[in-house]
Amino acid sequence: MELHVATRKGLFTVRPDAKEPVSAPSFLGDPVTSVLHDRRDGTLYAALNLGHFGRKLHRSEDGGATWTELASPAFDKKEGEEDGPSVSLIWTLEPGGDDQPGRLWAGTIPGALFRSDDRGDSWQLVQGLWDLPERPNWFGGGYDEPGIHSILVDPRDSTAIVCGISCGGVVASADDGESWRQTGHGFRADYFPPERKDDPSIQDPHRMQACLGQPDTMWCQHHTAVFKSTDHGDNWTELTAARPSAFGFAVAAHPTDPDTAWFVPGIKDERRVPVDGKFVVSRTRDGGRSFDVLDAGLPTEPSFDLVYRHALDIDPSGACLAMGSTTGNLWFSDNGGDDWRLISNFLPPVYQVRFA
Amino acid sequence: MVHVEFTPHLSRFLACPPLDVQGSTVRIALDAVFAERPALKSYLVDDQDRLRKHVALYVNDRPIADRTGLSDGLADGDRLFVFQALSGG
Repeated sequence: MELHVATRKGLFTVRPDAKEPVSAPSFLGDPVTSVLHDRRDGTLYAALNLGHFGRKLHRSEDGGATWTELASPAFDKKEGEEDGPSVSLIWTLEPGGDDQPGRLWAGTIPGALFRSDDRGDSWQLVQGLWDLPERPNWFGGGYDEPGIHSILVDPRDSTAIVCGISCGGVVASADDGESWRQTGHGFRADYFPPERKDDPSIQDPHRMQACLGQPDTMWCQHHTAVFKSTDHGDNWTELTAARPSAFGFAVAAHPTDPDTAWFVPGIKDERRVPVDGKFVVSRTRDGGRSFDVLDAGLPTEPSFDLVYRHALDIDPSGACLAMGSTTGNLWFSDNGGDDWRLISNFLPPVYQVRFA
Repeated sequence: MVHVEFTPHLSRFLACPPLDVQGSTVRIALDAVFAERPALKSYLVDDQDRLRKHVALYVNDRPIADRTGLSDGLADGDRLFVFQALSGG
C-alpha cells in the first residue's frame, strides 16, 4: 500500500503501514500541484508550480528515485496578441484508457485540456474544447482564471470524456476530445443573479468523481451543494441530506458500489474551515438519501483543516481512503472511513493525495 | 559582447553558468541565450514569450525599464543579471 502526497514543499511517498511511513521528499521546497501514478505502466508524473519560474512537468520511471523534466503543456505563441494565453498551473493529470497506452490528459489554469500520446514527451491543446462557444462565460474560482480540475475517462469507452471546470460547469466529449458540448444541467449557483443561477456554463463543480464499476453514476462536491448524476454527468440532482454542511471541495466515489461516496464538509466560502471547529468526513451508502458523519480517529480538539479537491482518494479495493489537509495533516482509513489513523501532522500544506 | 549571469536559484533546476552573447537589446541578448540553452527559456518567459512576473532583469546596476518589449539597449561590456524577484517566493 503506497500513496503519493503532493504538497506545497515537495512530493512525498507514504506507506501507511511502515514503521516510518513518510519518505524523504522529491522536489524539496517546490510546490507540487498534481501527481499521477500511471497504473498502466508504473510511471510517476509530477507537475510543479515554481514560484518564479513557472509550471514544470517531470516523469519518473523508478518510483520517484530519479526524475526527468518533460515538455510542459503550453499554448502556441500568438504573434501580435499581447494578452495571449499561458499555462500558469497544471491542476490535474489523468491517464487515458487501458487501450490508449501513452495517452495522458492534463487540465490546466487557464481552463484548457491538453493531450499527450507519448507519455508526456509532447502535448497538444485540445482545440475543440478551447473553442467551445460557452467558454467565454467561464471565470476563476479560487484562482484568477478558470481551470479544469476533473477529467473522467469512461472505463467502458476511452473516447468518452467528462471534465469539471471551476468555474465553467461540466463538459463532455464522445469522440476522444474532438468535439465537446456543455452538459451539467441541474446545478445551482447561489453566487449568481437569480436569472442565471441555473446556467450550466457558470457552475463551480469543485470536484467530480465517477463510480468506475458503473460510470454513469457521478458525484460532485459543488460550491453550492452536493450533487449526483446517474446519466454520466448530463443531469445532476442536489442531495439535500448532506451534513453537517453542503460545502466542501473533495469527493471520493466507491469504485464498485454506485451508492457510496465520501465528502469532507466545511463552512462555505466565507471561512472555509470545519463546521463548529469539528473536522469530519461524511459518507453516504444509500445513493445520497442519507449521510453518516465519521469522526473516529479525527481531531477531538478544534481544527482548522481544509481538504482540497484533489486531497482525498480511495484505493481500487474501495476499502482504503486517505486525505491530507491544508494544515499538513495526513489521515488513512482501511475500513471505508469508519476509523481514521493519523499518519503525519508535520507535512506541508497538502494539494493532492493519490494511491499508487 | 554582453556578459549574462543567472541567479544561483536556477541551478537547482538546470546548469546555468554565466555566458557571453551578442545583443544590442535585452530581447536580442535573451534570444541568443535561449538559442544556446533552449531548456532555460520556459523558466524565464511564459507561453507568449512574456518575461515571467517574478523574474527580475538588471543591466549593470539598474532594473530594466521595459519589461514588456525588453527593448532596453545594451552596449559592449554590459552585464545582464537574471534574478528571481523576491515577490515570487
